Amino acid sequence: MRGRPHLYVSYESEQSLLPTWTQRVIVVLFLFLMVLIPLNGGIEIGERVFQPLGFLSDNSWLKILSRVAIFGIGALGLNILTGLAGQVSLGHAFFMGIGAYTAAVLGGEVGKAHWGLGLPIWIWLPAAGLVAALVGMLVAPTAVRVRGLYLAIVTLGLVFIGEYLFRNLVSITGGSQSGRKFPELEFRWWQSEEPALAFNSDGPIWAPFNWLDWLLGPWINFPADVSEEAKTYLILLVLLVVFVVLAKNLQRTRIGRAFMALRDRDIAAEVMGVPDAKTKFEAFAISSFYAGVAGALLVAFIGRTIPEQFNLLLSVQFVAIILIGGAGTVAGTLMGSVFVFVFPRLVQDFSVWLTETVEAGGVLSSVADFFVSTSLDDPGLVSTLEGVSPGLNVSQLNLVIYGLLIVGFLIFEPLGLYGIWLRIRNYWKGWPFTY
Amino acid sequence: MSEHLLEFRDVGLSFKGVKALDGVSFHVDDGELFAIIGPNGAGKTSTFNCLNGVYRPQRGDILWDGKSLLGRRPDRIAKLGIARTFQNIELFAHMNVLENISLGRHVRTNVGWLAGSLWVGKAKREEMANREKVEEIIDLLEIEQWRKYPVGLLPYGVQKRVELGRALAMEPKMLLLDEPVAGMNLEETEDMARFILDIREELGIAMILVEHDMGLVMDIADRILVLDFGTPIATGLPADIQRNPEVIKAYLGEEV
Repeated sequence: MRGRPHLYVSYESEQSLLPTWTQRVIVVLFLFLMVLIPLNGGIEIGERVFQPLGFLSDNSWLKILSRVAIFGIGALGLNILTGLAGQVSLGHAFFMGIGAYTAAVLGGEVGKAHWGLGLPIWIWLPAAGLVAALVGMLVAPTAVRVRGLYLAIVTLGLVFIGEYLFRNLVSITGGSQSGRKFPELEFRWWQSEEPALAFNSDGPIWAPFNWLDWLLGPWINFPADVSEEAKTYLILLVLLVVFVVLAKNLQRTRIGRAFMALRDRDIAAEVMGVPDAKTKFEAFAISSFYAGVAGALLVAFIGRTIPEQFNLLLSVQFVAIILIGGAGTVAGTLMGSVFVFVFPRLVQDFSVWLTETVEAGGVLSSVADFFVSTSLDDPGLVSTLEGVSPGLNVSQLNLVIYGLLIVGFLIFEPLGLYGIWLRIRNYWKGWPFTY
Repeated sequence: MSEHLLEFRDVGLSFKGVKALDGVSFHVDDGELFAIIGPNGAGKTSTFNCLNGVYRPQRGDILWDGKSLLGRRPDRIAKLGIARTFQNIELFAHMNVLENISLGRHVRTNVGWLAGSLWVGKAKREEMANREKVEEIIDLLEIEQWRKYPVGLLPYGVQKRVELGRALAMEPKMLLLDEPVAGMNLEETEDMARFILDIREELGIAMILVEHDMGLVMDIADRILVLDFGTPIATGLPADIQRNPEVIKAYLGEEV
């Protein structure tokens, strides 16, 4: 068989998630890299140690990556509902809140001011998803009655109802003043045991991983102790990968197709045998499950938060993620959540760099000075000064850019980052020819 | 009384004051190719919509294998084995050809969202069996090269074929074809006629054909129903219909 092109010889191999070896190798290498980063591991080649993307092992970056994973899971859920099934929802924050407080009640510490049963993560995390899914099913019937913008308004209402409920159920949520503490990311078999795996404290990585060190030791440095942030990131990465695979599978099987059919032509879908109400029911349930899990992970990650965390802005953030990434695609959703969290950090770093350039003087200094205000009487777009300044501060600048990006994507690239990626890929597929 | 596969009994449908169908009665038997013709607005598509459960007639009854279809949801009716193509192509524009035709198999498969998400044994097996059926249809309709194209990008004639494929994927007992050759050139029309005859011969599916192309209808239909402003004016063999004075009047107007 040598010298032959790689042909698909079965439907199964053609329909698998990663049909070609190139794709498989790229994905495995990428995941390997994403695991290596938090461990601050370097690849030893001779005397040198390579640390590709090593800067990401910084704790502040790991926190960003953790948020990417959590919001990635949530956004996958919204993508199923809005991107696949075409049901516009602004209620995602509400379902996240339901998940978060379910986790809080089940997993929170026993005998404190707020309800808590002290159950382990393997109960509270799935339960957070399931309870959110149940609530999602209660909302689904409205989607059968109203569609499009009207559904968006109904689900918008949910967010406000949710916020009101969460603010007033003080014994569960702690209210707006101080909020409450949430369960920690640690694995226990039952209530009061010592955690078998703690993702929330510094220390050695899980013992069973030692064989990896033994296997790859000559080439790769594994540090003995791993930071809390790194462990948290690792467990979230694992969960994200699981949910990505689930979402991908859903999309390529029967129910996923039914969702897309309802989105594209609902009457035709019904005539072809797709039950309208039942299918929307399922879309809401699955989407809310993802939201509930993401909500529980988010509060466990933050540790303590107030009910206002689950406001409209959170929902809008999810809509932004799938719009920027590209609605209806899993890859786009992931790109969107990476973008939404990594971009502000880049803007911040860039602002700091500009300020430093001005201070250092030199050729670029005058150009940079045009953008940056370094003192109260120096006009400029952005400023890294504390307190009042003539320019925008970095977070304001981020909000402005964020808004512009959403508008820009809607107008110029409805397929989002995924669409841009498709175009780049197709260009290089044919290169050096135009097609 | 002997049971027909499908029977319309004195069906009446009106929208406010407009009578879309008025006393329509006909029957279709197993494996028969039945055609419904009539000028624009005669109620041909409304007949289909009543049959599919999209509209609910106010009068009369529609019997499928002797059981009434009235009040049943469209997806239940689809499950009974009634498939349809639409006049203005109603494909799922953002899905590719494979996905569109696979969707037609929704009623013949039953893996749920959980098994699907997990891609466990049964889901995988069903998906592969599905693919095999879909490929047979793709083969039959000669659309191999379009498999992975989003249908929104395909030429009109091919879209019509994909829609036919999607309906066939349901393994129906009866196929409703709403103007399958509208807007096609001679060559495309001949292709479509060939597919229709192939389906009839190889799969033995009963068909109701709504079409304006009289040449096609007269050539392939077994029996014809003529509607005019919602009322049936003639039923019979193609040769009789062609000579029927009422039909000529409906189409060409009266002699002055």
